[in-house]
Amino acid sequence: MAEVLEKKKEKKEALFSKKNRLLISDPLNDSNPITVQVLGICSALAITVKLYPALVMSISVLFVLGAGNVIISLMRNIIPNRIRIIVQLVVVAALVILVDQVLKAFAYDVSKELSVFVGLIITNCIIMGRFEAFALANGPWKSFLDGLGNAFGYAWILLAVAFFRELLGSGTLFGYPVFEKLGVYNTGYVNNGFMLLPPMALITVGIIIWVQRSRNTKLIEEN
Amino acid sequence: MDVNKNSYTFAFAGIMVVVVAAILSFAATSLKPMQDENVKREKMQNILSSIGVEVSRDEAADNYQKYIAQELVINNNELKEGVVAFDVDMAKELKKPAEERNAPLYIADKDGETYFILPLRGKGLWGPIWGYIALKGDMNTIAGAIFDHKAETPGLGAEISTPIFMDQFPDKKILDEQGNFVSIQVMKGNAEGEHEVDGISGGTITSVGVQDMIDDCMKSYITFLKNYEAQNTAAHSSSTQNTNLATLSE
Repeated sequence: MAEVLEKKKEKKEALFSKKNRLLISDPLNDSNPITVQVLGICSALAITVKLYPALVMSISVLFVLGAGNVIISLMRNIIPNRIRIIVQLVVVAALVILVDQVLKAFAYDVSKELSVFVGLIITNCIIMGRFEAFALANGPWKSFLDGLGNAFGYAWILLAVAFFRELLGSGTLFGYPVFEKLGVYNTGYVNNGFMLLPPMALITVGIIIWVQRSRNTKLIEEN
Repeated sequence: MDVNKNSYTFAFAGIMVVVVAAILSFAATSLKPMQDENVKREKMQNILSSIGVEVSRDEAADNYQKYIAQELVINNNELKEGVVAFDVDMAKELKKPAEERNAPLYIADKDGETYFILPLRGKGLWGPIWGYIALKGDMNTIAGAIFDHKAETPGLGAEISTPIFMDQFPDKKILDEQGNFVSIQVMKGNAEGEHEVDGISGGTITSVGVQDMIDDCMKSYITFLKNYEAQNTAAHSSSTQNTNLATLSE
């Protein structure tokens, strides 16, 4: 009886209750997929040389994670437990291929930017991680919010890293020559080619983690 | 229903695979014509931009008609009939030995000048790279070059498709003073000669790929172009003679 009551209560929960809002805000900071859970690092290194690909990647992940979470959540009661990982993989792969095909037909330029990273989306641990940890155990709406939250958490780190790498490495932002227009080169400044190489992405992510932990002390592990 | 029974697991996997396959093949086949059209127009855009005609994708087909006067296919230094140059798949041709390759050549006519546009294709670091080089009427001086790539690293190898790299090519020469083919060298800095361009720091493998691609693909054309030039000058001088005669008789 108590269970039934609780279920009813849950159904009446407002669309944007505090709990649901947390699903979006939590991954931005306290349980950020990149800086706290340290997932999806490989793509954060590979595509943050420039802002534009990072943005396209973020949008694609947003779509795949949002839609995938809802699909998995809708199927959560009929997926056989033993092959659930394969099922998740098939869902991600199918979504990514669909996105790629549609982009190739209707947004050819974007698809050219994206083509390299399609494979990376399929193997992005954040997506499989959210399917496994959240969508398999929660309803579609909550899963959708969780997907959005995590995709945003992923996106802002990606864009932050790409911002510094493109600015310091190429002196541009979205291809616009910021430093040249500001006359920074006249002071003797030279672009740092090292910023374009993967190690600097790792170091930039490391610095973001450092700043985040020093501001948010509950993330610091006790030894 | 017990979702963990073996029979259920098999049935679920089977149905899922069929459904997903159906969705994906439907999407792929129904979008294919539009995708092919995009690829075709992009190719036209690339060919045109090698002679300095920048057009949007929608206008590519019209402008292509306007500027490209002739499409030829060269096979072992001879003209080959019955093959449409535009449809030649460079990736397949490059797998054949040099003597058997079909090499497309586009002859463009822009503002009264003739340009010879040579398609290129080669290997980068992660995947294929390709491009077009337009030669001026002397078949030696480069009028323009455009490169593109499938999967080079953004900010490093991918820079071959940016103006910074491509703008180095105009006015470089592919033949030495004796008229021998020397191609274009991609250098590590200090590229000052007329056969040299500057490579990309951090993109060495892609830069070397560009150099090999230019050398490998252009070779197929040199003999043909020389013959073509000889023929045309002969034709040209005889026609001038004719006009002279005509003027005289008048």
